[in-house]
Amino acid sequence: MDYKALGLVAGIEIHQQLDTKEKLFCHCPTKLREVNEHSGEFFRYLRATESEMGEIDRAAKEEMKRDRKFQYYTYDTTCLVENDEEPPAPLNDEALSVCLTIGKMFGMTAIPQIHVMRKLVIDGSNTSGFQRTALVAVKGVLPNGGEIETICLEEEAAQRVKDDLFSLDRLGIPLIEITTSPCMHTPEEVQKVAEYIGMVLRSTGKVKRGIGTIRQDVNISIASGARVEIKGVQELDLIAEVVKREVQRQQALLAIRDELRGRNASVSHAATQDVTGLFKETKSTVLKKAKRIMAITLKGFEGFVGREIQPGRRLGSEMSDYAKKCGVGGIFHTDELPAYGVTEEEVTMLRSHMHAEEQDCVIIVSGAHEKQAACALNQVIIRAGMALSDTPVPEETRKMLEDGSTAYMRPLPGAARMYPETDVLPVIIGKERWDAVILPELLTHKAKRYAKDYAIDLNYALQLAASDKLPLFERAVSEKIKPKLAAFTLLSTATELRREGVEIRTVSDESYLAIWHAVENGRTAKEAVPALLRSIAAGSTADAALAELAPAISRAELEIVVKKIIASRSDFVKEKGKATLGPLMGLVMEEVRGSVDGKLVSEILRKEIDAAVADKNR
Amino acid sequence: MAVVKLSSGYNIGVPPSSCTCIEQSVPAPSRSRVVNKTEGLPDLSIISTGGTIASRIDYRTGSVSSQFDASDILTAIPELAQIANYRTLPLAAILSENMTPVIWQELARAVYTEIKNDAAGIIVTHGTDTMAYSAAAISFMIDTPVPIIFVGSQRSADRPSSDNTMNAVCAAAAATGDLGEVAVVMHATTNDDTCAIHRGTRVRKLHTSRRDAFQSVGLPAIGSVAYPSRAVALTTDAVRRGSHTLALHDNLEPHCALLQFYPGMSPDLIRAYEGYKGLVLSGTGLGHVSTLLIPAITKLIEAETLVVMTSQCMHGRVCDRVYDTGRDLLNAGVIEGGDMLPEVAFVKLMWVLGNVKDKTKAAVMMQTDLKGELNRRSAHGL
Repeated sequence: MDYKALGLVAGIEIHQQLDTKEKLFCHCPTKLREVNEHSGEFFRYLRATESEMGEIDRAAKEEMKRDRKFQYYTYDTTCLVENDEEPPAPLNDEALSVCLTIGKMFGMTAIPQIHVMRKLVIDGSNTSGFQRTALVAVKGVLPNGGEIETICLEEEAAQRVKDDLFSLDRLGIPLIEITTSPCMHTPEEVQKVAEYIGMVLRSTGKVKRGIGTIRQDVNISIASGARVEIKGVQELDLIAEVVKREVQRQQALLAIRDELRGRNASVSHAATQDVTGLFKETKSTVLKKAKRIMAITLKGFEGFVGREIQPGRRLGSEMSDYAKKCGVGGIFHTDELPAYGVTEEEVTMLRSHMHAEEQDCVIIVSGAHEKQAACALNQVIIRAGMALSDTPVPEETRKMLEDGSTAYMRPLPGAARMYPETDVLPVIIGKERWDAVILPELLTHKAKRYAKDYAIDLNYALQLAASDKLPLFERAVSEKIKPKLAAFTLLSTATELRREGVEIRTVSDESYLAIWHAVENGRTAKEAVPALLRSIAAGSTADAALAELAPAISRAELEIVVKKIIASRSDFVKEKGKATLGPLMGLVMEEVRGSVDGKLVSEILRKEIDAAVADKNR
Repeated sequence: MAVVKLSSGYNIGVPPSSCTCIEQSVPAPSRSRVVNKTEGLPDLSIISTGGTIASRIDYRTGSVSSQFDASDILTAIPELAQIANYRTLPLAAILSENMTPVIWQELARAVYTEIKNDAAGIIVTHGTDTMAYSAAAISFMIDTPVPIIFVGSQRSADRPSSDNTMNAVCAAAAATGDLGEVAVVMHATTNDDTCAIHRGTRVRKLHTSRRDAFQSVGLPAIGSVAYPSRAVALTTDAVRRGSHTLALHDNLEPHCALLQFYPGMSPDLIRAYEGYKGLVLSGTGLGHVSTLLIPAITKLIEAETLVVMTSQCMHGRVCDRVYDTGRDLLNAGVIEGGDMLPEVAFVKLMWVLGNVKDKTKAAVMMQTDLKGELNRRSAHGL
C-alpha cells in the first residue's frame, strides 16, 4: 500500500515508567503489588469540574454520561496521597533529573519554570479525578529528521483490576511522556522511531523494565480522515499493525460515507420509537432483561452497519462503543439479525413496526431504565450522523484491542482538561542545573564498545545492552569476571533455564557473581553453571549449591581420581593412547561433578595417559 | 516568572523579558445563574463564609482561595435542587483561619434573621480549619428551633474527587430533617457512603487532610446521612426540631484566651494575660500545669480574670482533686472545665462573660451544660 499517497501522518506518544526510589508526589516506593496483598479498600464518586477557564472538557463530559462508583485497593506500600486524602509532596527531584537527562539526550530545550498541571481524567484511574503532569522540555530531534515536540513528567494512573475496581500500587509512579511531531509516514517508520526512543530511554538505566512499564500511544490520520489517538500499545511489534489497521479503518469509513450519500441515507431523531412491547415474548436474554427497548431506523444504512472496517470491527461496533458510554452492554442492528436469540419473525415485526424499507437498517438498544435507553439511542444517532458527515472519521481517543484493531474510548480531549495543580510549587530549571546534566552512553554505542573490547559477537552485545541484567554484567566485568562467561550465562544459560521453567528471576546478582568467581578461581567448572543456577533458583544459596554440586577437590585428590579411572580401564588406555582423552574426560568430570576446571582435568589426564602408554611401551 | 498557558493546556513559566504582549483578552462575562424554585420543597438558607467547599484557583497567587458565593455552589451541585429551595447569602469569602469572633457575631445575626424569615433550616458553608469553633460559637449565641448545619470540604471543590458535593447534599438533607440544634455534617469515613452529624459543641477536626477529619469527641455522632439515598438518622441524644424557641444572644467578651501548657512554660506567659477577662488553660492529664505557674495564676484570678482548666488529653474530664497541684489550682480559684473540649470552653467563656458580668455566676455557668458541650456523666465509654 502506498501510505505516502494516502497522506498517512503519524506521531507517537511514549509513556515510560521511571525507576525512581519514590513516587512522583509522595514518598511511597514505586513497587507493584499482587492484588491479593491489598490491605484495605474504599470507594468514591467522581464528577467533572470546570477548568480555570470555566469550561468542562468534552472527554470528561463523555465519562459523565453515567454515575460511576469507583472502588480502590490500598496497600502497605501506598499512602494518603494515593487515596487523595493528603496534599501532594513536592515534585520528585530524582524523576525530574531523569527527564532532564532524556531531554538533553534528544537535544531539547528545558522549560525555565515547570508548572505542574491537573489533567482531568474521570474514568476512575486517578483517585483525584485528574492526572498530575508537567511540561519539562520541548523541541528535540529524531534520527529520521522528525521532531520530539515535548517531554512531560506525569504520574502513572492506577491499574484497573476489573471494571470500576482499581489498584493503587501503580498510581503515582513517575512516568515520562515523550511526544513526537506527526513526522512519520509509513507503519514501519512509526515502529522504528518507537524502538529508537525506547533504546534512548533504556540508556539512562533509570527506567522500569517489563510488560506494562512502557506504553505507546499512536496518533494517526490520513488525507480526509481525522486525527485519532490509539492508546496503550504495549508491544512494539504491534505498532506497525495498529497503524495499518487504522489506515484501513479510516479508508473504510470514508468509503462508507460516499456510498451512504450515494443512497441518500439520512439520520433523523423522528425515526425513533419505544419498542419494548414488541419483545415481550422474546427468547433473547439481553432483551428479556431490559426494562426499556428503543429503536431507530437509519435510512439507507442497510448493509453498512454490518460492514467490516477493520478485522473484527464494523460500523456497528463503533455505534455500540458510543452507546456503551451510557452503561448499556451494546446494540443490535438488523444487518446482523436474526441472531443472539432474536428470531426472524421478530426482525420482520421490528422492521415493519419501524417502517424500515429494504435499504434501511434498524438499530435497537436496551436499557435498565428509560433514561439509559434514551441516552444510548442518542449516542447511536450521534455516531450514525458522523458516518454521513463531512468528517466521517471522528477525532477520537481509541484503545487497542488484542490483535491490533481498536475500539472507541472518548473524544480527543481539549485544552480545557488542564488546570493548574495549585498544591505543588513550580520548579525553576536554571542554566546551572541543565548544564550539569551528564549524558549517558547510548545502548547502541555501548553494544559496539562491548563487541570490540570484549570480543563478543555484536548481536550478543546488543542483546546484552538491551538486557535488564546489564548492570550486573558491568559489575561482573569490573570484578574481573571474563566478559564472555558473564554474557553467556546471562543471555544463553539463563534463557534456556527459563524456557525449562526454572524460576531464574529469583537468582540474585550476588548469586550470579558467586558462581562466576567460583568458575574464575577454579573452584568449579563452567559446565556446572546450569546446575548451580537451577539449585539456587529452587531455593538454595550460592554457597550451599557450590558445596553440594561442586565439592572442592584438590589437585592431589583429582590426580587420585584420574589414576583410579585409568587403572580401571588400563587395557583400553594402553591400546588407544591419546584417543581416550575425550571419553575419559567425561568420566572424570562426572566423578567430580564438574567441580574442577576442565583444563586442569585435561592436563592431568594427558599426563597420566602418557604415563600409562609409556608404561606399556616399557 | 510569567505564566503562559499553551494551546495544549500546559502552563509554563518563562522570564517576562522573553514575552511579547500580542493582545489583551476581554474577560468573559459572568454567566447568569438562574436557580429555579420547586413547589413543595422546604426553604433552606445557605450562608457562605468561604472555605474549600467554595474555592477556586486564585490567579493572583496561584493558590486555592474562596471566592465562590452560595449560588455558585448551587450551580456546581445541581443535586441540591432536588432537596430544597434555597436563599443564598454570601456573608464572607475567607479562609477559615481568618475567621474572627466579630464574624461569628455577624453570622449569628444572619442565621437568626434567616430563621425568623421562615427558613426550614440553615446551611453554613465554612472552611474546615476553624469550623468547629464557629459551630460552637453559633451554638451558644442562638437558641434554634431548626437545624443549623455547618459544612465544608477537605478536598478543594475544583477537583472531581472533592467531598464538597456529597457533604453539601448530606448537609441539605440534615437541614431539612428533624434535627433542632447546631451541627457539623461531614464525611463519616473515607468512602463516599455516609456523612456524620456532629454536635456543634462536641466536634473536632482530628485530621489535617482526610475526608473524615471531623469526629465527635466525648459523645458519639448525633446522627448520620446516607449517600446517595440521603436518609437521615438521628440518635436519641440529638435535639429535635421545634424543641427550642428562636432567640439571639450575640454578645461575646473579646478579651479571652486559650493557652496550651507545656513542660517548662514560663510564668511570663500567664502574666501576659493580665487584664484579660477570661483564660482557658489546656492542661496536662486531669488538668494540671506546673506548680511554678500557680503564683502567676493566683495573681491573674485576684485581678478578676476567670481561669478555666481543661485537658489537652483528647478524651475524658478534668479533676483537680486528685493530685496536690490540682488542689493548689483549685485553691487559687481555677474553675474545672469538666469534659469540655478546650476550644469549646474558650468560645463558651467568651459568650458567658459577654452575657454575665457577675464572676461567681459566670463560674457557675461555665460548669453548667448549656448546649450539650458538657456531659454530666462520662457515658458511652468515651
